[in-house]
Amino acid sequence: MADPKYMKNIADIFEENDQALLSAWSDLLKTSGAGSVGAGARIKDAELQTQCRSFIGALKRALASDQATDIAGAGYQDVRDLLGEISHARAIQGFSPTETASFVFSLKEPIFDLLRKAYAQDGLALAEATATVSDLLDQLGLFTTEVYQRSREEVIVRQQQEISELSTPVVELWEGILALPLIGTLDSSRTQVVMENLLQALVDREAEIAIIDITGVPTVDTLVAQHLLKTIAAARLMGADCIVSGIRPQIAQTMVHLGVELSVVSKASLADAFALALQRTDRVVVKTRSLVKA
Amino acid sequence: MDRVPILKLGNALLVTIQVDMHDRLATALEEDLSAKIVSSRAKGVVIDISGLDIVDSFMGRMLDNIAAVSRMLDAETVVVGMRPAVAITLVELGLELNGIRTALDLERGMKMIQARLEEGRDRDETLADVE
Repeated sequence: MADPKYMKNIADIFEENDQALLSAWSDLLKTSGAGSVGAGARIKDAELQTQCRSFIGALKRALASDQATDIAGAGYQDVRDLLGEISHARAIQGFSPTETASFVFSLKEPIFDLLRKAYAQDGLALAEATATVSDLLDQLGLFTTEVYQRSREEVIVRQQQEISELSTPVVELWEGILALPLIGTLDSSRTQVVMENLLQALVDREAEIAIIDITGVPTVDTLVAQHLLKTIAAARLMGADCIVSGIRPQIAQTMVHLGVELSVVSKASLADAFALALQRTDRVVVKTRSLVKA
Repeated sequence: MDRVPILKLGNALLVTIQVDMHDRLATALEEDLSAKIVSSRAKGVVIDISGLDIVDSFMGRMLDNIAAVSRMLDAETVVVGMRPAVAITLVELGLELNGIRTALDLERGMKMIQARLEEGRDRDETLADVE
């Protein structure tokens, strides 16, 4: 267990050997690759130096404070903030967890060297102080890993949201005609987003016809078909007609084999569906040349 | 007790639901509406539910009932202005209201009724020609 008695001493030792510690540590970081200054060069040398210097500074202040043994306490606020910032940045830059945690763990060796020199006369004190520092740095290392993991999870959640929003655009093909090109697998949560987007777009653009294009949906099983039917039923309740297009031959076969029946108007291609939509809204597409002849 | 007003507009009746519907109000509406269809000889009913943001299965069934009763009295029901959230709720409740015609807004709903009336008139005229 961390012994408060040594904290003050260790803080003093830090203070005396500030520069030596800093250079030893940053050299070690550079050679070990934890800073990845060399080949990957994801962090600039100067930036790494700044991080090291401010971390040692914050650690010194924390050790000198009253609650030097409690890394969750107020004394370590600066250290925690700084570490959080560093590991958050590294998580986003694509460092591995080992590389991120090594930032803290690699500080052990230079400190132990210092301690060995300082307590050269007193073996017991050396052992105690070493254990104290080791314990402290272990906790900080774990904290780093936790922040790292949290940051990665944030990234994943954000990406999930982005994907689900990206993949459900509602486009206006013509006045009163909307198209909803679906891409990717349809699950319950995505269908919900799709449904809400489509219905809102129907209101916003005052559209009467919506074309749901499933060219980009790799598989249609009973569940997906049910989701589609629900969306179509909801659109109908709002007074809009739906046309399903882009059912691929294999999918049509699978659906028939599964006994799934889409009891809605369906067309093989988006073009056909669009032509039908135009026809229903009393419009027609003609070639300009035939117009001239007429 | 509150009643939902029913307005006559040409050959159609217009019902605008502006307040939260509770069950008794809905049953009262059904009674009033069927009486009014008969007394005014209306051929169409437009129910505007754009002000409605909460529905339950009872309300859904009520709409279905109203449509069925009106059809029996030779008036077509068009429900207009349903909000997205309401549509999703009804579908999730399994009430797809297949017996009801729907339109995006009041204007289109009225047009739908007019179209039906004109169709009927054309047919009547052809019948008259035959005679």
